[in-house]
Amino acid sequence: MSSYPDDRLYSESHEWIRVEGDTATIGITDHAQKELGDVVFVELPDLGEIFDEGQEFGTIESVKAVSELFLPVAGEIVEVNKGLVDEPNAVNEDPHGDGWLVKVKVTSDDALNGLMNAAAYEKFVEEEAKA
Amino acid sequence: MSDHGHLASPAPDASRLDRRRGSSSIFDASRPGRRGVLLPPLDVPGADPEALFGALHRTEVAGEVEASEVDAIRHFTRLSQKNMSIDANLYPLGSCTMKHNPRINEEIARLAGFAEVHPYTPGHLSQGALELIARLEAALIALTGFARITFQPSAGANGELAGCLMIRAAHVKAGAPRKYVLVPDSAHGTNPASAHFAGYEVKELPSTPRGTLDPADLEKKMTDEVAAVMITVPNTLGVFEENILEVTRIVHAKGGYVYLDGANFNAFVGKIRPADMGVDVMHMNLHKTFSTPHGGGGPGAGPVGVGAALVPFLPVPTVEPEGTGFRLDFDHPDSIGRMRTFYGNFGVLVRALTYILSYGQEIGEVAENAVLNANYLRKKLAPFYHLKYDAPSYHEVVFDDKLQAARGVHNIDVAKRLMDYGFHPPTMSFPLIVPGALMIEPTESEPIEELDAFADAMIAIAREAEESPELVTSAPHVTPVGRIDEALLAREASKAGSFAPVLRAPVRRS
Amino acid sequence: MRYIPNSPAEQADLLREVGVASVDDLFATVPREVFRKSPPPLAPPMSEVELRRDLGALAAKNAAATCYASFLGAGLYPHHSPAFVSQLLLRGEFLTSYTPYQPEVSQGTLTAIWEFQSHVALLTGLDVANASMYEGASALVEAFLMAERLTKKRTRVVVSKTVHPEYLATLRTYLAYLGLEIVEVPAGSDGVTNPAALAAAVDDETIAVAVQSPNVFGLVEDWSVAAEAAHAKGALAIGVVNEMFSLALLKPPGEAGIDIACGEAASFGLPASFGGPLVGFLACRDGFKRQIPGRLAGRLETPDGPVFALTLSTREQHIRREKATSNICTNQGLFALAATMTLTALGKHGLRETALLCLSKSEYLKAGIGKLGTGKFAVAFPGATFNEFALRCGPPVEEVLSALEKAQILGGVPFTRLAPGSGEHEDLLLVATTERNRREDLDRYLDVLKGF
Ligand SMILES: Cc1ncc(COP(=O)(O)O)c(C=O)c1O
Repeated sequence: MSSYPDDRLYSESHEWIRVEGDTATIGITDHAQKELGDVVFVELPDLGEIFDEGQEFGTIESVKAVSELFLPVAGEIVEVNKGLVDEPNAVNEDPHGDGWLVKVKVTSDDALNGLMNAAAYEKFVEEEAKA
Repeated sequence: MSDHGHLASPAPDASRLDRRRGSSSIFDASRPGRRGVLLPPLDVPGADPEALFGALHRTEVAGEVEASEVDAIRHFTRLSQKNMSIDANLYPLGSCTMKHNPRINEEIARLAGFAEVHPYTPGHLSQGALELIARLEAALIALTGFARITFQPSAGANGELAGCLMIRAAHVKAGAPRKYVLVPDSAHGTNPASAHFAGYEVKELPSTPRGTLDPADLEKKMTDEVAAVMITVPNTLGVFEENILEVTRIVHAKGGYVYLDGANFNAFVGKIRPADMGVDVMHMNLHKTFSTPHGGGGPGAGPVGVGAALVPFLPVPTVEPEGTGFRLDFDHPDSIGRMRTFYGNFGVLVRALTYILSYGQEIGEVAENAVLNANYLRKKLAPFYHLKYDAPSYHEVVFDDKLQAARGVHNIDVAKRLMDYGFHPPTMSFPLIVPGALMIEPTESEPIEELDAFADAMIAIAREAEESPELVTSAPHVTPVGRIDEALLAREASKAGSFAPVLRAPVRRS
Repeated sequence: MRYIPNSPAEQADLLREVGVASVDDLFATVPREVFRKSPPPLAPPMSEVELRRDLGALAAKNAAATCYASFLGAGLYPHHSPAFVSQLLLRGEFLTSYTPYQPEVSQGTLTAIWEFQSHVALLTGLDVANASMYEGASALVEAFLMAERLTKKRTRVVVSKTVHPEYLATLRTYLAYLGLEIVEVPAGSDGVTNPAALAAAVDDETIAVAVQSPNVFGLVEDWSVAAEAAHAKGALAIGVVNEMFSLALLKPPGEAGIDIACGEAASFGLPASFGGPLVGFLACRDGFKRQIPGRLAGRLETPDGPVFALTLSTREQHIRREKATSNICTNQGLFALAATMTLTALGKHGLRETALLCLSKSEYLKAGIGKLGTGKFAVAFPGATFNEFALRCGPPVEEVLSALEKAQILGGVPFTRLAPGSGEHEDLLLVATTERNRREDLDRYLDVLKGF
């Protein structure tokens, strides 16, 4: 039983990306939210900001830790999840749904090839736990 | 009042009563018309602020408290009763050195001739204060082997910054500031932060499986781009850098400076002079090694000792002898400047000198007993808690929650459960290389029976973690308030207007 | 032995339990060449009897302000503190506890920190204040560094030269290697920041503009001058206060467009203690709180009543290390508590009345100087002051001070003491009054001046 949806791809830094046409929605995985614990604040970029693939686009904070967020593809921010301002715990409760972070207009999807599908990501998480 | 009804029942819930009566703020309890001080009479014509200040006049500080002296004393006394303290129990907060705070220190610091002296008192009327600073400098030089000590820095972290700035000034004078400061991964968070605020990029040095620095790795990373290495001895694992002489040699060979975070000086005061190990600059937390009270978060003092090479860069002012007395000296052209107003946390200096004099040449016993007590606890607890780094411990020992985590019990749960046994928890926020850390520092001022009681509590909790983990994970049970939802608070605090001093409706977990 | 409870026999028991033959065996990993066998070159231990005698003699060499009528201020204004404050501060639960990282056993300290923050917010007219800074000058540095993060990628800070010279000196130290330029705007001939000069110094590279009120000459400045100059170029405005009683009578910085207020809160009953420990503060608008340096106590309303805990801690060095908003760790906790207790006892009315006493005494002295008629002394600047003013002396300042000292008066702070070697304002003496000065003291002061 996979806890990771099949309709998207996953990065080694534990972001997920779902591409529809030339826009992509990005969030962090269920595994990442569990590692982080109760999310208390999410710092997201401004609309229109442009990022390279792998670039830091924000941070996500629990009470005692901060994680940087990396964009799995190059793109321009077209939407941010405003609901997270008042309800950052949506990232914990529904990381693959209501807890999404940003939507980007993909400017280059070259990087997508390097990402994992659900099954591969699940294995990656298991391996990481053993290491 | 309905409370009286409860008095008839056999055991009123004291903790709940306490909870209702004490925890709200004085702003909630303010009552219009109450006053707490009688001021001296106005014995000159009253000035008219409206006329003097015009549009800049303020007529009231809306929302300020109105309370009587009785209200104030009750409020703060009840607040005090909600705190744990060293006076009442062992407080094994690793790295923080929660040792006994002698009361003679407080008495001396409160003498009018120290407490009531304005920093701009003319020199001839403040000779005692200057002499005190000079005597403390001499005592610390005797204990460290450094050439000079500055008393400007207000706390340890401020001393680190002063040290990094002096290092930078020395490199600049020699040609170039250099670029990096190397900091071990076991270091306290202030080390990288201080290096950063001195304009350096921080590079991390990984610890070996023994928890110490790897000279071979350092040799590789110590280039002529590296300004300094910031080390801690014993480090935050409580482990002594066995290769310290090698480390300082490597750093010096490349023209770098060795900064020693002296937060753990209490483990070797009187036994080793840091300058003898090749250390160039070191801060001392007087509120750790030298027993000045932490006061719920401060104040401290972070005097910094330096070897001869860094003397020209010391902050101003210094205290210098002049005739039969002393004077403040600002004439140091290469000085990094001031770290703050006036001459440091003088009141803390008075306490520290009092402490040093009360031990005198026997001060080495402090280090001996700090190390002995920590090793005793290590011996007792080792069968029950995992020790990631098992090199010999000095003044503290860092266990972790690996054995308990299998039952879903984490370091935070052990910590909260300790409160039920009447002890303050150990440090958990670092060292970062020990996940689930329980950093225990008993200090020399704990008697054997308190050490035993603490060990018994830790052992009982280890057993509870096996047998009834939920008892531990739901702790604390008998503190003035139950476990606080810090995540919920952080979310609320992030919202707009969250720090307004007014009563609001209760927030419930969603 | 002094504060080590275990007897030598008990220490021997512990050594046996640990399994080592001697205490030196515990130090086995210390390189032998640095391990000292002989005791350090210090005197034998002193008893309390000896400590009182020895250090008491040192204390007696200082002029306690209590033995003189003191007019010393210049950034540190020792006011009265209610007797209960110093007594409650000695309660072990306050004195001997650590930073309240464990809120369940630190509600006392946490509630008090939250109250301190609330007092500072109300006084400054801003939304959020932190748990304390070391003292005023480093608080100003932190305010600029915070503004630098908020304005992003700008390179210059602008500060009025009417800010206390030791604050300016501290700023130069901290900023020396951060690639930020400091623009110091000279005061006008009236001793106040010149609005046009200030505005001219601000450009698109400006991070923030700082002014102080009352300023170093005791003169009241209009906060909106800095706010307008800063905001016109998208910079932030910083207001420095080091005599907090002034905020009982003067429009608070937060109401006049200031974004960050900072400075020294020692006026609330802290002993002068030769200049430390004091208690710095920093307050800002709500929108800036994630960039605030240092600790913050938050309040959470629960069905059982409010609870308090440190919060938004991811800003701090123990979590963010070199990316933290500041390297501060230990702050001034106990003295923030002292200020909080004093403020509670003074309350809304006591605050204002104390401020009126300070102001009235200062006005009385100024008026007296105006009427001396000797032509030797004058109030240096015409503007409004609160409880301190600059006295322009015809005779050398040192002579004036010695004459006053003979009359048991510490007559003020020579301006040159604030900026040694600068050669500025050598004829100025800063004279501060508080509620502790009596009319007799003021009259005696004037009599001495008349003798010149
Ligand atoms: C190892 C270590 N280094 C540095 C510091 C910082 O010292 P301070 O809190 O006095 O600024 C501390 C204590 O908090 C510490 O434990």
